[in-house]
Amino acid sequence: MTALNVGSGWWLPLAVLASSLLPALVIMLLPEERSGTRTALNLVAATTKLALVGYMVWGVARGNSYELRFAMMPGVDFVLRADAMAMLFAGLSAVLWLFTTIYAIGYLEGSPNRSRFFGFFSLCVASTMGIALAGNLVTFLMFYELLTLSTYPLVVHRGTPKALAAGRTYLRYTIGGGTVLLLGMALLTMVAGDVTFADRGAIVIANAQDSTLLRLAFWLLIAGLGVKAALVPLHGWLPVAMVAPAPVSALLHAVAVVKAGAFGIVRVVYNVYGVETAQLLGLLVPLAVLASITIIWGSVRALFQTELKKRLAYSTISQVSYIALGIALFGPWGTIGGLAHMLHQGLMKITLFFCAGNYAETLGIHAIDELDGAGHRMPATSIAFTIAAFGMIGVPPLAGFVSKWYLGLGALESGMPWVLGVLVLSSVLNAAYFLPIVHRLWFRPQAGPWPDERTFDGRETSRWLLVPTIATAVFTVGAGVFANFPFSPLRWAMLVSARVYGQ
Amino acid sequence: MLLPWMLVVPLVWATVAVLLEGRSSALTRAVHAVGALLHVALGVALYIAIATGGPATHALGGWSAPLGIGLRADGLAATLVLLTSVITAACGAYFMVGERRAQFDGTSSTRYFWPLFWLLATALNGIWLAGDLFNLYVGLELLGLSAVGLVALGGSEASLSSALRYLMAALLGSLAYLLGVALIYAAYGTLALPALAELITREPMTQLALALMTVGLCLKTALFPLHGWLPPAHGVALTPVSALMSALVVKGSFYILFRLWFDVASVAVTPLAAQGLGALGAGAVLWGGWQALREPSLKMLVAHSTVAQLGYLFLLFPLAVGTATSAAALATQGVLLHLVAHAFAKSAMFLASGTLIASVGRGGVADLAGVGRYMPMSLFAFALAGVSLMGLPPSGGFNAKWLLLQSALASGQWVWLLVLLSGGLLTAGYVFRVLRESFLDGPAAQFTATPRAYDWIALSLAVVAIVLGLASRAPLAMMTNGLPVMGGVQ
Repeated sequence: MTALNVGSGWWLPLAVLASSLLPALVIMLLPEERSGTRTALNLVAATTKLALVGYMVWGVARGNSYELRFAMMPGVDFVLRADAMAMLFAGLSAVLWLFTTIYAIGYLEGSPNRSRFFGFFSLCVASTMGIALAGNLVTFLMFYELLTLSTYPLVVHRGTPKALAAGRTYLRYTIGGGTVLLLGMALLTMVAGDVTFADRGAIVIANAQDSTLLRLAFWLLIAGLGVKAALVPLHGWLPVAMVAPAPVSALLHAVAVVKAGAFGIVRVVYNVYGVETAQLLGLLVPLAVLASITIIWGSVRALFQTELKKRLAYSTISQVSYIALGIALFGPWGTIGGLAHMLHQGLMKITLFFCAGNYAETLGIHAIDELDGAGHRMPATSIAFTIAAFGMIGVPPLAGFVSKWYLGLGALESGMPWVLGVLVLSSVLNAAYFLPIVHRLWFRPQAGPWPDERTFDGRETSRWLLVPTIATAVFTVGAGVFANFPFSPLRWAMLVSARVYGQ
Repeated sequence: MLLPWMLVVPLVWATVAVLLEGRSSALTRAVHAVGALLHVALGVALYIAIATGGPATHALGGWSAPLGIGLRADGLAATLVLLTSVITAACGAYFMVGERRAQFDGTSSTRYFWPLFWLLATALNGIWLAGDLFNLYVGLELLGLSAVGLVALGGSEASLSSALRYLMAALLGSLAYLLGVALIYAAYGTLALPALAELITREPMTQLALALMTVGLCLKTALFPLHGWLPPAHGVALTPVSALMSALVVKGSFYILFRLWFDVASVAVTPLAAQGLGALGAGAVLWGGWQALREPSLKMLVAHSTVAQLGYLFLLFPLAVGTATSAAALATQGVLLHLVAHAFAKSAMFLASGTLIASVGRGGVADLAGVGRYMPMSLFAFALAGVSLMGLPPSGGFNAKWLLLQSALASGQWVWLLVLLSGGLLTAGYVFRVLRESFLDGPAAQFTATPRAYDWIALSLAVVAIVLGLASRAPLAMMTNGLPVMGGVQ
């Protein structure tokens, strides 16, 4: 354990963190009225980060690895490392962050407390980057908890009693989850020492006997991570947190919070235990069952929601568990499906939340039955919504189809054909709760005046809101159509899968 | 040699403070600023000297052990001297700023602040560096009296009555300790720590003496259920005094307990008694946290939090007595790190709370509604300190908790694991109770502007508590340098 590992490129992970940590501090200290400076800072930071991450992705594809390591205390290192898995999540966050930032600038225009909002917003992306780049569990936990702390002010941003109540629920779940995660980590460290993430897992066992503690630690870790990943029955906070502003919901659902949980599960299964060890210990089948229950439960609950954002929230619960499901299917195909879905779900869900925000901000629409005929008033937004909804259902050639296809292959490969039934049932449910919305948008006449309409001289809505929406919808199509091109989500998932299975 | 200067300098400044009484305040401030800086410089010098040269001893006035006052400094003592000099300097600076802005006006008795402040620093250094049980007693007594005096400075009826209560507890504690010292002297004919460490055997009289000293010291450290005096004393004192009390004063008696149990009389202590102390510590963690969750006044909330955080220190006993040496080493590191991290975090939290109260004009947690927009820096300092107290990474508090968790697991004592985790949850509960108020869209209450320096002082202390989380290795190596090997099944 040297004081500082000075391999080439050790500064890159640090620079990625700093590119949002420093702006966070500056923005928080910025006076409220300096909105021009704040916007410029936000955009420069998001673009810089994207460039840095892009450079690292390029390097990792060519076999480089960037690592920073020093000892925090005896026996525990702080490790930041850019491996292929890290870049999967970092790349997703960096891309979606830029769009969410643009969207948030438009969404919050003229509202109070923006310095505080964007300060914590940047802190939140810093945590997400830290989660992506963490090279061992302790470093992961550090940023995982920082994410809790930096999202809380965003959830309660509006300062209303309802927002504060949601914030309280959010904290109870996430702090509780963090505690369970800590317990699992402490236990694992006692059994196996300070575990650095490794491509094929860091824990080697001779046989499946005498591994009760390893199993216990695994389930503690999954329970702790499952809170943020919204695994049933730990999902209760997610629908409640819907009171937050739309860009925050987009962030919680597509990029940061639920993804942090799902990514944590990926790390635990693949890079801590290793997929072979997890299979040997019999951990994968229960995980698949848990994920399947969540998938069905979330979809069923989504059917009964009358509020647009609530329906999307339950849909998230369901869709994020596809990732856990893919991880639990032993074999490269399932892995590819699960990992690709991490990116695909992000693109699709962020589009849907952007659209929901556009409807709310432009027409004052919150309930689903108010959407009748909105497609003609806001065609671009509604096309984006339709694309993303079809993607979620799994219509070819959109992104969601690609994930479901590989998950299906994985189900057969791993000898769990019942998972195919789950996928089919879930797709039927997806269609059942998304198609009525699409139908209302395009095929029903407008029922009356919009609840609260704002005009944007001739355009359907503000440009700040529209551009990110269209961009992520285009990505949703692109990720499906160009799935076989280099640097597509699918190809990157294949690269990671090859390393996980040592091919 | 540096050791005597650590006592001489604060003592000289205490005398000067008495002489300067009634002089122009600009001169007073300059003198005390120089003193505080000198104190920190000496602390740094001692730290470096011990870190490079190893533990040292010094006989005051050339009289050696049995007769004279022997001083000794190992890595732990040097770290605590440095800690004391830094925290006292920060609290002194906060007082200076407040006094200049007439924040503490209306109580003429604040003129006694400086003499008592320097006596407190002398007493603390005396305890950290003492080489025998009697000097520890003198330090303990001086510490108690100067602390009671500082608490009484508030001048209000409430502060006088809580100071009186504190005085009773302090005297009772010293008395019990002194009885124990007398018994030890009768049995072994010496009070020097190194000599006793070799002489002491496991016999009933020694154990009675130890029990008396332990009870007295627990009372002074406000261990549950002997903690009743602490919340009012720490809660009603002037803000910089509250910070000094919680960060340093209660650690003085714990330090003596630590030396007694692990350095001097480790052969005479029993695992059963250690488990008992751990159980009381657990009680403190839970009860203190619960009280803080329900407390309506902000500073009292922070004071209850001190009761809870002190409880963690006592988990050392069950984890390091009668356990494997590896588990004991982890527990020692965890507890010492917790002691230092808590000193920084709690002083930051008290100072930030005082600033918030000064701005709002009232002291209730509910009065903070909407304060976030006006006092972001104070809240940020409060939140950072809270992160360390909750034990979230990265912070000194987290690393301490991690080491203690590992120790509990390694010694197979799952119950302490649960205590550590539920303590963290309770802490999160009361820290966020304060933070959520600040996000409320409160009524447009009148907020008084407070000096910027207040925030910088609190923030600096809180940042140290956080940075400790990223750089614990060096301070831990320093603090355990010169400590005897602990644990090992007896």
